[in-house]
Amino acid sequence: MIRKEMIAMLLAGGQGSRLGILTADMAKPAVSYGGKYRIIDFPLSNCINSGVDTVGVLTQYQPLRLNTHIGIGIPWDLDRNIGGVSILPPYEKSDDAEWYTGTANAIYQNLKFIELYNPEYVLILGGDHIYKMDYEILLDFHKQNKADITLATYPVAWEDASRFGLVITDENKKVLDFEEKPAKPRSNLASMGIYIFTWKVLKEALIKLKDQPGCDFGMHVIPYCHNNGAAVYAFEYNGYWKDVGTLAAYWESNMELIDLVPDFNLYEEFWKIYTKSDVSTAQYLGEHAVLSRSIVGEGTEIYGSVYNSVIGPEVVIEEGAVVSDSIIMQGTHIGKNTKVNKAIIAERAIVGSNCELGVGEEADNKEHPNIYCNGLVTLGEKTVIPDGVHIGKNTVISGVTTPEDYNGGWLPSGESLRKAGEHA
Amino acid sequence: MRAIGIVLAGGNAPRMKELTNKRAVAAMPLAGSYRAVDFALSSLANSKVQKVAVLTQYNSRSLNEHMSSSKWWDFGRKQGGLFVFTPTITADNGFWYRGTADSIFQNIDFLRDSHEPYVVITSGDIIYKLDFNKVLEQHIEKKADITVVCKRLGKCEDTSRYGIIGTVEDGRIISFDEKPDGTGIDPLVSAGIYVFRRRQLIEMLERANEEERYDLVRDIIIRFKDVKKVYCYEHTAYWRNIASVNDYYYANMDFLNHDIRDYFFRQYPDIYTKVDDLPPAKYNAGAEVRNSLVASGTIVNGKVENSIIFKQVYIGNNCTIKNSIILNGVHIGDNTYLENCIVESRDTIKPNSSYTGEPGKPRIVIERSDRYQL
Repeated sequence: MIRKEMIAMLLAGGQGSRLGILTADMAKPAVSYGGKYRIIDFPLSNCINSGVDTVGVLTQYQPLRLNTHIGIGIPWDLDRNIGGVSILPPYEKSDDAEWYTGTANAIYQNLKFIELYNPEYVLILGGDHIYKMDYEILLDFHKQNKADITLATYPVAWEDASRFGLVITDENKKVLDFEEKPAKPRSNLASMGIYIFTWKVLKEALIKLKDQPGCDFGMHVIPYCHNNGAAVYAFEYNGYWKDVGTLAAYWESNMELIDLVPDFNLYEEFWKIYTKSDVSTAQYLGEHAVLSRSIVGEGTEIYGSVYNSVIGPEVVIEEGAVVSDSIIMQGTHIGKNTKVNKAIIAERAIVGSNCELGVGEEADNKEHPNIYCNGLVTLGEKTVIPDGVHIGKNTVISGVTTPEDYNGGWLPSGESLRKAGEHA
Repeated sequence: MRAIGIVLAGGNAPRMKELTNKRAVAAMPLAGSYRAVDFALSSLANSKVQKVAVLTQYNSRSLNEHMSSSKWWDFGRKQGGLFVFTPTITADNGFWYRGTADSIFQNIDFLRDSHEPYVVITSGDIIYKLDFNKVLEQHIEKKADITVVCKRLGKCEDTSRYGIIGTVEDGRIISFDEKPDGTGIDPLVSAGIYVFRRRQLIEMLERANEEERYDLVRDIIIRFKDVKKVYCYEHTAYWRNIASVNDYYYANMDFLNHDIRDYFFRQYPDIYTKVDDLPPAKYNAGAEVRNSLVASGTIVNGKVENSIIFKQVYIGNNCTIKNSIILNGVHIGDNTYLENCIVESRDTIKPNSSYTGEPGKPRIVIERSDRYQL
C-alpha cells in the first residue's frame, strides 16, 4: 500500500511576464539564477532537504526547459521507486479539455495524482522565490495547532505592507482575517504563497469549488475554508525570502550573492541547493584576467575583466572586455574589448567585439517602461549583437541583429529591438 | 560495443610519495574537478562499453566513494553497469591481488559470465581520451590476439617507468621492454591499454595462475609476444600517465594550456565526473587570479598565479599562490605565501605561513586539518 505523510504540489505553469524577454521561451521557474541554478531548484531542494520525496510539478507555459531540467529528478535525489518528481501538464479528458485556469484549478485537475499517494497533508508551493525553508518545521507547526490550513507568512516592512496580501492573526497565530493590498494595513505578515492543507479539507473544498472560474488559492479556496470554520494558522518565517518576479528584483537578488557574506549563503554545507549541471569543468582565468566581487560558474573562460557580476557556466569573456554589474548566463560569448555595464544577458548569446552596452542617457523604455527599467540592458536567449555597436539603457534586444539595425551604430536608451532567428 | 571493460585501479606508486597516503593513484584529483579514473571511465562510457569492472586494492576508500554511484558515467544500467571488485577471501583463495593478472584472475567469473567476445583493459591512472571501437576495429582487422595501445613520447628522460615497445613490423610488436633504465629519443611506449579476445584472456590467466605468475605485462603480454599475434595501436592524441609527483604536477599544469583544455573539455566526447553540488566559485575584493584553473565552491580573497585550485578551497586575504596545486577543501589563512607546492586535500594552512618548493620539484605540503568540517 502506498502512503505518504505529505506530498508537495509545485505550481510552475506561470509565464512570469514581468521578466520580459527572459521568459519568452521558458516558464519563470526555469530561468537561470546565481551562476548555475534555475529558480525551481530552490523549492525542489527545499523539498528533498525537508524529507518531502514526492513532488508534482504543474507545468503549462513553455514547459520544455523545465522538463529537460527536471528529467526524472536525479539531481535532487527525487528519482524514487514510489513517489519522486512527476511533471503534470494539463491534459484532455473525455468530456472536456481545459487549461489550468487558476492555481487551485490546477490542483483540482490533478486530484487523482494526489489520491495515488494517499497523503495526510498536501504542501502547495510556487516556483518563483529564492529561499531556504524547512517544510518539516512548517508541518510540525501545522500538527501542533491541529490546523486545517497553515499559511507561511513573512513579516514585511510596515510601509511596504500595502503592496501584499496580508493575514491578521490572534496571539496564537490563528488567522482571523485576510486583507488584499489594503490602503491601511492592520498587519505586516504577508502570505508567501506556501500552504499546508490537511488533504481531507483541501479535497472537499476543491470539489465544492470546481465550477469556480479561475479557481485560486488566495482568492477562493482559503477564504471558502476560513468562512466554513476551518482552522487556519499563520507560520512566521524569518529567513531570506526574495521574490524574483521582476527584472529589477531578479537583478538585485543576483547581485546580493556577491556580497562578502551574503544574506543568502550558498556556501553553507547543510541545506545544499541541487541543480542539474551538464558541466563540471573548472573555470580558467587568463593571463590578463581581472576579477573582483563576482561569482563564476563552471567551465567559464575569462580573459578580460569582471566586476560585481554573476557569470554562469561555459561563458567566454574575451581579452579587453570589461563586464560590470551584470548577469551573464550559460554559454554566452562576450567579444574583445566590449564593455558591458548593468546588463542581463540570457543563455548562449553572442556579443561582438568593441561594443558598449548600457551607455548613454537615462530614458524610459518606450514599450514596457515597467519591465525594462532601472537602467538595465536585457538580451534574450541566443541573441546576436554585431561588432562595434553602442546600446543604451532600459533596452531589450532579441534575435540575430545586424549592423543595419543600429542607426549610426547606436541603439538609444529606451528602445526595443526584436529580430527573428537565433544563431546556430 | 562488443567488449567489456576492466579498469586496473589497485596500484600504489611509491614515487607519488605522501600523496598516495590518502588514496590510490586512480583517485588522484586532476584539473580542478576530476579524478584520474574519470578519464578511463568516460572513454569506456563514450565507446558504449556496457559492462565495466574496476579492480581496486590499495587505499581504495576515496576511489570507492567517488564511484559510489555509477550514474555519473551513465553506467547505472540493468544490463551491465559498473562493478567494483576489491580483493576478498574465498574458500579457495586467501590472497590480496598479487599483481595485475592475478587481480583479473581472482575475478575471472566476471569474464566467464560475460558474452561479449572482447575485453578492453585500461589502467586507471592515465589521462587520455580514446574511442575503443577504433582499437577493436584494428584488432579484428589484424586478426590479433592482443592489441597494445602505444604512444610516441617525444623526448624521454627516464624510460624506467614505461614499457618500451622496441620493434614493430607491420604493426606487430616484436620486442617489449618493461621499465628499462635509461633515456630515450621518441620511444614508443605502452599506454597501459590492451584489447584481448575474452576466451583467450581467460585461458592465458588460468595458465599464468597455474604457474604462479601474476603480472599482466610481464607474464602474459611479453611472455606470449613471440607465439601470439601482439599488435600495436598507435594513439596520437594526448596521453600521460601519473606515476610520480612530478608527473602529477605537470599533468595538472598541462590543463593551463588552451589546446589541451579545449581537447578534453570542449570537444566531443565529454569527460564525466561525480557531481558535487557546489556553488559557483566566488572572487571577493582583493582577488587577483591569473592563468589558473579554479573549481566550484572555492572562495578567493588573495593572489593566484599559474595554479590549479580544486573544489571548496578557501584562500585568505593577502595570500600569494604561485605555480601550485591546491587540492580539495584546503583552507589557507591570511598572508600565506605558497610557491611550487602541492597542498594535500583538506589541509588547514595557518595564517602567515610560507612554503616554497623548487621549480620543477614541487614541495608537498601536508598540514593537519584543524577545523570542523560542517
